[in-house]
Amino acid sequence: MAAPRRKKSKSVYAPGPKDVAVETHTLAILVKNEPGVLARVVGLFSGRGYNIESLTVAETDHDKHLSRITIVCSGTPMVIEQIKNQLGRLVPVKNVRDLTTYGPYVDRELALIKVTGKNEKRIEALRIADIFRARVVDSSLESFIFEVTGTTEKINAFIDLMRPLGLVDASRTGVAALARGETAIGGSV
Amino acid sequence: MSTVDSKKQAKKSPPEKIEKAAPDKMTGAEIIIQALIEQGVEVIFGYPGGAVLPIYDEIFKQDKIKHVLVRQEGGALHAAEGYARSTGKVGVALVTSGPGATNAVTGLTDALMDSIPLVCLTGQVPSFLIGTDAFQEADTTGITRPCTKHNVLIRDQNELAEAIHEAFHVARTGRPGPVVVDIPKDIQFAEGDYKKAAKPAAQSYNPQTAPDMSAIEEAVELMAQAKKPVFYTGGGIINAGPSASKALRELVKETGFPVTSTLMGLGAFPANDDKWLGMLGMHGTFEANWAMHDCDVMICIGARFDDRITGRIDKFSPGSIKIHVDIDPSSINKNVHIDLPIVADAQLAIEAMLKIWKDKSHKPRARSLKKWWKQIDDWRGINCLAYKPSSKIIKPQYALERLRAALENDKRDQFISTEVGQHQMWAAQFLPFNKPNRWMTSGGLGTMGYGLPAAIGAQIAHPKGLVIDVAGEASILMNIQEMSTAVQYRLPVKIFILNNQWMGMVRQWQELLHGERYSESYTDSLPDFVKLAEAYGGIGLRADTPDELDDVIDQMLKTDKVTIVDVRVDQKENCFPMIPSGKGHNEMIMSPQAEKFDKKLV
Ligand SMILES: Cc1ncc(C[n+]2csc(CCOP(=O)(O)OP(=O)(O)O)c2C)c(N)n1
Ligand SMILES: [Mg+2]
Repeated sequence: MAAPRRKKSKSVYAPGPKDVAVETHTLAILVKNEPGVLARVVGLFSGRGYNIESLTVAETDHDKHLSRITIVCSGTPMVIEQIKNQLGRLVPVKNVRDLTTYGPYVDRELALIKVTGKNEKRIEALRIADIFRARVVDSSLESFIFEVTGTTEKINAFIDLMRPLGLVDASRTGVAALARGETAIGGSV
Repeated sequence: MSTVDSKKQAKKSPPEKIEKAAPDKMTGAEIIIQALIEQGVEVIFGYPGGAVLPIYDEIFKQDKIKHVLVRQEGGALHAAEGYARSTGKVGVALVTSGPGATNAVTGLTDALMDSIPLVCLTGQVPSFLIGTDAFQEADTTGITRPCTKHNVLIRDQNELAEAIHEAFHVARTGRPGPVVVDIPKDIQFAEGDYKKAAKPAAQSYNPQTAPDMSAIEEAVELMAQAKKPVFYTGGGIINAGPSASKALRELVKETGFPVTSTLMGLGAFPANDDKWLGMLGMHGTFEANWAMHDCDVMICIGARFDDRITGRIDKFSPGSIKIHVDIDPSSINKNVHIDLPIVADAQLAIEAMLKIWKDKSHKPRARSLKKWWKQIDDWRGINCLAYKPSSKIIKPQYALERLRAALENDKRDQFISTEVGQHQMWAAQFLPFNKPNRWMTSGGLGTMGYGLPAAIGAQIAHPKGLVIDVAGEASILMNIQEMSTAVQYRLPVKIFILNNQWMGMVRQWQELLHGERYSESYTDSLPDFVKLAEAYGGIGLRADTPDELDDVIDQMLKTDKVTIVDVRVDQKENCFPMIPSGKGHNEMIMSPQAEKFDKKLV
């Protein structure tokens, strides 16, 4: 007997909100360096469905046990506002600054890029590396590791150019960022 | 991030070697009890187990703190919630590692959603066994991270006192919530130093509580200009303390504006006041929801624009200027665009509004307000809570009306808790809430099984009070074991079951939204609740017909033991008004029109 044909099920409930334009913001977060603080921050993003594009973290003030987390995240303006407020609610979070809205800022990434190849490709890789001011930090007869710093876009461009020249491995730090000028978020705490 | 210093932990001497602490030193377990005493804790709700035995040993040796032994850790958490909500103090629970901690998760989440201040101490396997899948090991801080306001795993007995003091500070400060302190067993044995609590100002966690006065002035200006204003109040006013409710009453008296409230805020404003519109939201009153829809200035204080309140966002109060007072900045502009945000404690904000209103000798726009009230009275005239009475079967609404009448003649301080379902909504609609901290219900999480343990917590805090759990027959079975706790501590909690034999709220949605396919919402083989009560050592009563009701309620109010009243109500009654999810406030369905319910529109 043929199974009854399934009708396409139609939800009786209302649809969710429509999509609104998405923005990318860079947030600097100063936290108390205690166990679990990174899990708290990351868990907030996964638990509430926010997008992280890049995250870097390291202790920046050993005496005061402070770490700085830099997060590049994307969402609608309302979601970005939520992210900041939700981060601010975490007990070990001392300060949250949205560098994107705060003013001009400098952002940099470091990447290590391994390229393998011979002959012209190897020479071409070196030439491009020179243009990008990438340094050779390791080399063997058939490989280089380049160290390159710059904005995310610059590193993306470098990787795109290296791909056809034998890029086999890449490791990126994610974005580190500071506001331009005299202001600091670390100093006031 | 820093990791566990494993060498340091390995060096710690095994528990057997520890002898009596040196005079100026205390064991971890002693530090815990001392810190709880310093924090003014009178009651702990808990359940023992291997990983908390040193703490239980200390509990045994003292008599400043009373321990209430529940029958499942879930009960301990809800009891602590009921205690906290009915007193305004921090509720405390104590559970063992592993299953004790995982059983606590629902209560923690419940407390997080409803902003209830709790401190939950969990035992943990000894530090040197963490990460080895030891017996009854669970990653408690990992599991509870998203369902607590804060949590901490103790790594050093010298940090224990400070961590507990901080837990209380965090739980009660700002937007209240649950905090877990996870304490490995070796640390409970180890000797360390006790530290006294730091002054609140010296704590690192100090959220803003005082309002920005220029924003308050702006708000008062908007209020003075308003033609169709409404106060939309919530649980934040209860959390801010009784003075916040008092200030609200005064502000309403000054302005003459109508007031509605969320489920969590009931009692902040007296239900017997003529400015009261009833609860708003999915099962709110016609007049409250229409007032929200049509208002020109909305003053939201301590509520968070939850989806059960707003209905469909793009149809939510389309023409109003929205002022939002909240202590939690993340609640502002989360779901609804706010024109005037004010981050502040509710009490401070209301008092500031009141002061400026008086200082500037503002008067409400009398003529517009009169028209607005005329409109509201027309809406009230719909009589949205009306139901079809019956002389043969007990209507659930009728049962609550009779309970209400009986409560009006009872002089005791009255506390009502509920389970979750239709009975909860009917209780919110039909029972009188005139004072704050008298109403305990699971709003944000909607936890069936909350009501009985919460009632136990409230009764422990108010031994002379009258505590009633308005229950459904399905919900009550989720934590029925706490009957045994109520019997042990001689708590005369009354469990008023509106027994419709269905998971009524589920049945209602299936009837209205799922083509009357009643999938698994009928409970076969229910226990005989009268015998069940007796089996536990309590009292069981039953009402089958409307004419038996008054007598049964009367008996219930006189009992001195835990009492279950099995009220056999109409199985098919639906809870109205109802805003189907995804609809606007102006698209409520009302009881007599239920047949006309247009399923396609939803
Ligand atoms: C722990 C839990 N599981 C499931 C639900 C979903 N739920 C909401 S109301 C309800 C039915 C409750 O039935 P009952 O206690 O008899 O109350 P009634 O609606 O009949 O008054 C259910 C299953 C819930 N809220 N909580
Ligand atoms: Mg039921």
